[in-house]
Amino acid sequence: MQFRKSWIMALALTSVVALSACGNNGNNTATNNGGNNAAATNTPTESSSGSDLSGSILASGSTALQPLVEQVAESFMDANNGVDIQVQGGGSGTGLTQVAEKQVDIGNSDVFAEEKLKDADAEKAKALVDHQVAVVAIAAVSNPDAGVDSLTKQQLVDIFTGKITNWKDVGGADQAIQIINRPSSSGTRATFENFALGTKTEDLQGSVQEDSSGTVKKMIGETPGAIGYLALSYLDDTVKTLNYDGVEPSVDNVISGKYPVWAYEHMYTNGEPNEIVKAFLDYMLTDEVQNGDVVDLGYIPANQMQVSRDVEGNVTKK
Amino acid sequence: MRVKPKKTRIEKHHIEDFLGRIYMSFCVLLLIVIIVSMVYFVASKGIANFVSGEMKVSDFLFGSKWAPEADTPSYGALPFITGSFLVTLLAALIASPLSICAALFMTEIVPGWGKKLLQPVIELLSGIPSVVYGFVGLSVIVPFLRNTFPGQGIGVAAGALVLSVMILPTITSVAADALASLPQNLKESSFALGATRWQTISRVILPTTLPAIMTGVVLGMARAFGEALAVQMVIGNAPFVPRSLFESASTLTSVITLSMGNTTMGSPQNNALWSMALVLMLMTFIFVLLVRMLERRNKI
Amino acid sequence: MKPRTADKIATTLIVFFALLIVAILVGLLGYILVRGLNHISWDFLTSAPQKIRAGGGVGPQLFNSLYLLVLTLIITVPLGLGAGIYMAEYARPGKITGFIRLIVEVLSSFPSIVVGLFGLLLIVNYFDLGFSLISGAIALTFFNLPLMVRITEQAFRTVPKQQKEAGFALGLSKWKIVTSVLLPVALPTIITGTILSAGRVFGEAAALMFTAGMSSPRLNFSDWNPLHSNSPLNPFRPAETLAVHIWKVNSEGLAPDAMQIAAGASAVLVIMVLLFNLLARYFGRFIYRKLTASKRMN
Repeated sequence: MQFRKSWIMALALTSVVALSACGNNGNNTATNNGGNNAAATNTPTESSSGSDLSGSILASGSTALQPLVEQVAESFMDANNGVDIQVQGGGSGTGLTQVAEKQVDIGNSDVFAEEKLKDADAEKAKALVDHQVAVVAIAAVSNPDAGVDSLTKQQLVDIFTGKITNWKDVGGADQAIQIINRPSSSGTRATFENFALGTKTEDLQGSVQEDSSGTVKKMIGETPGAIGYLALSYLDDTVKTLNYDGVEPSVDNVISGKYPVWAYEHMYTNGEPNEIVKAFLDYMLTDEVQNGDVVDLGYIPANQMQVSRDVEGNVTKK
Repeated sequence: MRVKPKKTRIEKHHIEDFLGRIYMSFCVLLLIVIIVSMVYFVASKGIANFVSGEMKVSDFLFGSKWAPEADTPSYGALPFITGSFLVTLLAALIASPLSICAALFMTEIVPGWGKKLLQPVIELLSGIPSVVYGFVGLSVIVPFLRNTFPGQGIGVAAGALVLSVMILPTITSVAADALASLPQNLKESSFALGATRWQTISRVILPTTLPAIMTGVVLGMARAFGEALAVQMVIGNAPFVPRSLFESASTLTSVITLSMGNTTMGSPQNNALWSMALVLMLMTFIFVLLVRMLERRNKI
Repeated sequence: MKPRTADKIATTLIVFFALLIVAILVGLLGYILVRGLNHISWDFLTSAPQKIRAGGGVGPQLFNSLYLLVLTLIITVPLGLGAGIYMAEYARPGKITGFIRLIVEVLSSFPSIVVGLFGLLLIVNYFDLGFSLISGAIALTFFNLPLMVRITEQAFRTVPKQQKEAGFALGLSKWKIVTSVLLPVALPTIITGTILSAGRVFGEAAALMFTAGMSSPRLNFSDWNPLHSNSPLNPFRPAETLAVHIWKVNSEGLAPDAMQIAAGASAVLVIMVLLFNLLARYFGRFIYRKLTASKRMN
């Protein structure tokens, strides 16, 4: 009996401890969990390393950029034992919101902050500092049975606005076109519409929308007559890559500026970055990373681009 | 000296009782706090767009155009609302007969080993995670539908099929409980009158237990209405009211999972998604009220 | 149609549909296991996932799922027991009790995505706990708690009235009766119910995507100090669970063997749920025997 009573008391105690723990975190957000996930703090950690840097970095945002940042973070942490970097997903919108609210140190985004933080939030976008770490190129792809190698800009526009509904109208097989699109909030879709179509498109009745590249690739590969678009890193034999206005979507063509459908991957900081974050972002732009992890993961190194582009989409030769 | 030990005994007693009571009231209070804050936060986000004048309630509920990124954005949620209701109703239509048959099998036809066989099956089905259902739906049901019917396979039909398997256990277990609690003499008198088993089932058992079985159906529908990932993987997500069962459509849950991460907190589009979460929440209340009404009828 | 023929047809139909459900389950399990089992190896269960190369495992995810489950149960069980006991033994029938019961019902039928969004808003952003294990555990508590309350209440109600009355006759306090007489008898049912609900927590994904996050930082499995950021036990680190990992690999996986990983992880998940089920049955019976010295559970 004695044993059971103490058992209950133990249960009660654990719950009280657990609750008071959350309560504390709720009340003292500024002080209590700074070391865990708020802005980077220069608290010395117990581990020692060759470098002087120590502290933590929290990044969140774009799921497309996440694997790259995670990969680079690992090699950065290997080199600087005192630094701890956490990379989280959540989507570009989440990343921008959280960096604007200073909940994270770095907000990863597929699009310019100005495109997401509009109107009432435009002020927030101004405070953010852009670091363009990589370029992602997007290619139109189709199911291999469609029988088309290349599409012009106008043909793409006609397909995605529903004017052309059969592959035979663009010189392919007699097969109905099935559009595999992205949701209208997607950064990939914004890039494709801006630079491949040159116009915003409305969703078509019966079109499929998937947010994730893996699913899009699977659907295009399986569905007869499907068309969609994918980042270059996802391309393989299960889908047919289409040339755009006769230009092949290759890394070289993107670098030289011949192939226009590409966008920057951004890592935003709120104001100028502190020492550790700056070291990490600088490391991101070293040749070692740009020619190593960036290329390995299917991105195009930002520092090799021979052209650059601003928020409005104006392209200039470097 | 003689009184003292007795007194402490009583006190310890009382303190224990008192502390226990406080702890339990605290737990119950916490439940209330959770629900109140949940309703408050979701509602305050959900009505933000209506308050700021960004959209009107009628445009939101009955507008059929969802174009949040257009130059003049419109936030009509009708396609998602109809999509949600469509897959939910279809799933209930497919799952209910199956579940009732399973429940009858367990309680009326072979009460002994029927229960032994189906009980674990039902428990396992309810334990399989929804992502796994979505994964199997995408790799089995979608290709099957694509090869058998016109269209691309994904769409309302695929969503409803996946959901129907997911809500089978809910309906079956409630229906089986209802059938098992039926007074034995009701059945026996029917048999004594010379009725066959089917006559007994269709004229006596089912009519008497109907409200209870309906409770199970409504509970199943509530689950189907709120299911997110499995549906999103197979339904296609086009923001339109579908013209056929094999055409891509959206539900409230699928558009939320799809766009929540891509939009920034506080933007009108993000708030519109919260309004949909609010609709989901209100529907939960309606489902619970429906269940209550049915239960009340069942008692009389 | 003759009643006898109708009876035969109806019976055949009912049996057919019942067996169809069994067939669906067997087919489902068979499909998942056949596709996944040949990918499962010790290495797959323990190694970390690979981003672009083949051969990654689900070790951290498996650990995260289990750890998150433990955290959730630590929060849920005491609270659920408290509220459940209150509902069963203390609450007097009336408007307030009815209202609390309504709350439990509503809370348990909230869609998990709404719970996840609420968690994102309140725990992740407002309380600034970030995407972390503790955020995930709190969100899971929101919909595991009502379940727990219901399980406890039902378990207490099945205890024979005489036992309680005997306790009162002995002059025991109510608290004493609850903890020493009723709880031991109700415990087996509570444990069975808890383990079954644990299976549900284990497979939850929608609520966790928004609260526990979708990334798994490098874990140092030799550092078990919960306060270190690389320690697997740190509750403030983001954690991707197995179910979320399936979702992510299926949709964003860059590794060439992404599909096999998803299949393997699904199989692991289903096997874990099977284990929970068996465990719940066995454990419930075992405890019942220990506590009551009788052989059969009703």
